[in-house]
Amino acid sequence: MKVLYFAWLRTRTGCAEETLEPPAEIATVGALVEWLRARGPGHAEAFKEMRVVRAAVNQSFVGLDHPVRAGDEVAFFPPMTGG
Amino acid sequence: MIRVQREDFDPGAELDRLLAGKSHIGGAVSFVGLVRDMVGDRVCDKAPGPANDQAVGAMTLEHYPGMTEKLLDEIEAEARRRWPLDASLIVHRYGRLLPGERIVLVIAASAHRAAAFEAAAFLVDWLKSKAPFWKHEETPSGGHWVEARAVDDEAARRWQADSGTDGAKRGDFRPPR
Repeated sequence: MKVLYFAWLRTRTGCAEETLEPPAEIATVGALVEWLRARGPGHAEAFKEMRVVRAAVNQSFVGLDHPVRAGDEVAFFPPMTGG
Repeated sequence: MIRVQREDFDPGAELDRLLAGKSHIGGAVSFVGLVRDMVGDRVCDKAPGPANDQAVGAMTLEHYPGMTEKLLDEIEAEARRRWPLDASLIVHRYGRLLPGERIVLVIAASAHRAAAFEAAAFLVDWLKSKAPFWKHEETPSGGHWVEARAVDDEAARRWQADSGTDGAKRGDFRPPR
């Protein structure tokens, strides 16, 4: 599974992209967030306030209950500020 | 048509190219978004410096390559479903930009002006809150990520209010809250 971080989630985790193999019981975006939090203080800080974290699976916006599986591209980012 | 690029664009040349040979078009509305030299709604009345730590020196636009193009395609397709457009264009830049530089170009063209005006406003409002871009501003007191503004979400929502019978479909398109 490829996990991408953008904007301040990237600076807080200290990485733009990581390839991970979460255990099989990590079946949703929400469970993945919990698992990622335990990776270190940077990750814990990035996911501290989920109100301002958005997620995408395979480049489509999803909620925390959306399934994740091996091979997915999962991205985390704050609300968009383009234009 | 949509494009995501680092380099600047020439709005006049883009307009000419988009409309070339399409004599059935009665009107084209274009919007150019620029980097401002201020933070939020506070007007910058001094040059950047310690006395005016809210002045923005430069801004870096980060995006999600791949998803950005996909979302801009979807936003353009949605505009073309809602209005009878004969031509449309979104060009969005990324990378480091200085105050006064162009960020985004939106053009909507139709046989009649009302559709062109409405579609152009829709395209800008939707891409601001739905396309995966993030602004990082440099100020003399340090850099910070720009927070999403409630007024931009409001602007996007007003197009959902008149979504009619296929509101559920458009609801799916909304990023999760």
